[in-house]
Amino acid sequence: MPDATRRTRLLAVLRKVTSKPLPADDEESLFESGLLDSFALPDLVSALEQEFSLEVPDRDLNPRKFDSIARMEAYLEEHAA
Amino acid sequence: MTAYLHGFGMHLPERVVANAEIAARVDRTAEWIESVSGIRERRWAASTTSVADLAVAAAQDCLTRTGVEASTLGLVIVAGGSAPPGFPGPAAEVAARLGLDSTPALDIPLASAGALFGLVLAVQMAGRFGDVLVVGAEKMSAILEAHPLDPNTAILFGDGAGAALVSARPGRWEILDTVLHSDGQFREILAFDWTSPLRMNGLSVILQAARKLPSAIEEVLARQNLVAGDVTAFLLHQANHNLLLRVAKSLGVPPERVYSNVARYGNTSSASLLIAAAEWSLGNPPPGPVVFSAFGAGLHWGALLARG
Repeated sequence: MPDATRRTRLLAVLRKVTSKPLPADDEESLFESGLLDSFALPDLVSALEQEFSLEVPDRDLNPRKFDSIARMEAYLEEHAA
Repeated sequence: MTAYLHGFGMHLPERVVANAEIAARVDRTAEWIESVSGIRERRWAASTTSVADLAVAAAQDCLTRTGVEASTLGLVIVAGGSAPPGFPGPAAEVAARLGLDSTPALDIPLASAGALFGLVLAVQMAGRFGDVLVVGAEKMSAILEAHPLDPNTAILFGDGAGAALVSARPGRWEILDTVLHSDGQFREILAFDWTSPLRMNGLSVILQAARKLPSAIEEVLARQNLVAGDVTAFLLHQANHNLLLRVAKSLGVPPERVYSNVARYGNTSSASLLIAAAEWSLGNPPPGPVVFSAFGAGLHWGALLARG
């Protein structure tokens, strides 16, 4: 079930990492749209870890897991407290 | 096992390939290449130059700088991922051209992290074999030119070689500790086999490197009760200037403490660590802890802590 607070916090993290407008479509690739590049991605993962008090293990350092708002929500639903 | 770094050497091909030349071939601009990589130019060797040619030149420079006769070497290690496929690898030729006819010579075909693995191996072997010459040599242009240029990789790589002399005899920098790691589950994100173009998932590579380099550095420092702020210089594999800045930020150190020559030479894979060390050492560096660290295809990564 979607968690409104978690989503709000996720969007706040994304706005901190990128100055570009967030996509209206949660499924849109943040990399293909140019919202994130290879050097923003490590910052995003670190910011998610800090905001949600979680540790993303190296085996999860796969860009596809963080490719869209929907995928990040799914990851956080599974891993964030 | 106590071992020391006595000095370094390097060799770069003469031909300078500026961004404009690459940009024209991959339908990009020179400014774009510099913005995404920090690279302004690189050196590409002539078609007739081999990986062994580059390695021998760097080896000889290292032997000259350290005042060591090749005949006294106990072991030669040559790292690199761009030698032609098949066997023997370049180490045997390098040893032979240094005038050695019975000294063991070992190839480490690890690409970017190869020279670091070679240094760590040398630390372990120096007590048994004597002076160890470690060389990282690459002709990355051969990999790029083997297939139509891909803008994502053609902009990055250069040719060159670096070398280091490791010995159990006391020398300029005492090696205090080392850490090495490998994780094959991500082996497909950066790979090459000559039958198809170099494959690089840049997003994955940067994401992994941005984590693993600072992690290995902090690991080796913690083992010696040191922190990043204690280190006088960080000598890293010169993959991308933006990555070097990212590592400095993660470690909480000023960016100028992380040595960078990637703007002039591009990413020379396994050669870059020792080319960086060779240039850095010419600048009369102050005494204190120095960290060497590399990350590359495999994945392989690690760090070496020395004190001058």
